[in-house]
Amino acid sequence: MKCVFVTVGTTSFDDLIECVSARDSLQIIKSLGYDRVILQIGRGMVVPEPFSTESFTLDVYRYKDSLKEDLQKADLVISHAGAGSCLETLEKGKPIVVVINEKLMNNHQLELAKQLHKEGHLFYCTCSTLPGLLQSMDLSTLKCYPPGQPEKFSAFLDKVVGLQK
Amino acid sequence: MVCLLILAAAAGAVAVLLVLRLWIVLRSQDVTPRQSLSVLVVAGSGGHTTEILRLLGSLSNAYSPRHYVIADTDGMSTNKIDSFELDRANRDPGDMSTKYYIHRIPRSREVQQSWLSTVLTTLRAMWLSFPLILRVKPDLVLCNGPGTCVPICVSALLLGILGIKKVIIVYVESICRVETLSMSGKILFHLSDYFIVQWPALKEKYPKSVYLGRIV
Repeated sequence: MKCVFVTVGTTSFDDLIECVSARDSLQIIKSLGYDRVILQIGRGMVVPEPFSTESFTLDVYRYKDSLKEDLQKADLVISHAGAGSCLETLEKGKPIVVVINEKLMNNHQLELAKQLHKEGHLFYCTCSTLPGLLQSMDLSTLKCYPPGQPEKFSAFLDKVVGLQK
Repeated sequence: MVCLLILAAAAGAVAVLLVLRLWIVLRSQDVTPRQSLSVLVVAGSGGHTTEILRLLGSLSNAYSPRHYVIADTDGMSTNKIDSFELDRANRDPGDMSTKYYIHRIPRSREVQQSWLSTVLTTLRAMWLSFPLILRVKPDLVLCNGPGTCVPICVSALLLGILGIKKVIIVYVESICRVETLSMSGKILFHLSDYFIVQWPALKEKYPKSVYLGRIV
C-alpha cells in the first residue's frame, strides 16, 4: 500500500485540501501508484468526504496528538510550509512536497521552502502548480536532511547566563 | 501657565530618565555566575512552540523552574508542553523537584488581523503581561515569535528600567526566516540581549545577531 499524507499542521489551508481532494488530483496521485491518501485538515473549513473503494482510500481528520505514525506510514508527504511539519518530515527521511499558502502574511514560509529546495531536500509549489509538479517530479533526486544542532544553542546559552560547568 | 511649564519639564525629565534607563539596561551584559535560573518561555503556537520546545530540550535542569506563556486562543500548545515536560521527567527521574507552570495571555495579533486593531490588542496584552512578569520575575525570557512575545519582552525590559530586576532576553528567530526577519524579530532585534539567527544571510544583514547554524 503506497500512501500519501497531506498535512496542514495546526493551521487551516482550505486551498490545499480542496486542490488535493479534487478528482483530477486524486487521479494523478492514483496514476503515480499511490492507493491511499490521508488528509490532516487542521482548522480548515473544507472537509472532503472520506471514501474507500477496492483500489483507493481517502481518509480525513483534523488533528492527532502526534503525526508520527502517519508520517512513518507515508511514502510521500504533501505539506504546508510550516517549520514543524517540514522538519518532522525531513527528519523521518520522507520525500516531501511543500505547498506555499499564498494568503499568509508576507508569505514568509516561502523563504524556508526555497532554501531547503536549493539544498536539494524538497520540492515546493503553490496549489495551482501542485498537479503539474506531482506528475513531473523525480523523488530519487532528493537529498538526505542533516538534523539541526540544539546542543550549540545550549552551549552558547550556558556561557552567557553564567551557568557553572 | 507656570504650572504647565513645570509639568512639561517634569514629564520631559521623566522621559529622558526612562530612555537613559532603557539604554543602560540594553547595554548591560554582565555575566553573573550561578547554579540555576528561572526561565519564562513564550510558546507562540504551532511551529513556534515546536521550535522553542526543541531548544528547551537541549537545556540542562539548571533552567528551572520553567514558566510557559501561551496565547489564550492557542488550543494545542498546552498538550505539547505537558508531553515535553513528562518526557523530560521520565528521562531524568532523579530530578523530581522541577515544576513548570503555564500562563495564558491574550494574543497580540491573529493571522491577517488589521494593523490598527493590532495596536489595540497589543496594548491590552501589555496590560496583562506586566503583572505576570512582575509576579514571576524570571532570570531569563526565551522566545521565538510571533507577536505574543512582544508584550512579554517589553514587560521584562520594564522590570530592568524600573530597577526591579535585570532580565536576560533571548530571541531565536525561526528557522523559517532565511533572508528576512519576522515582524517580532525586527522589533526584538533592538530590545533583546541576544538575538539568534539560523541562516548565514541573516547574520550578514544583521551583524550584531548571533549565528550558531541550524539549531532546531
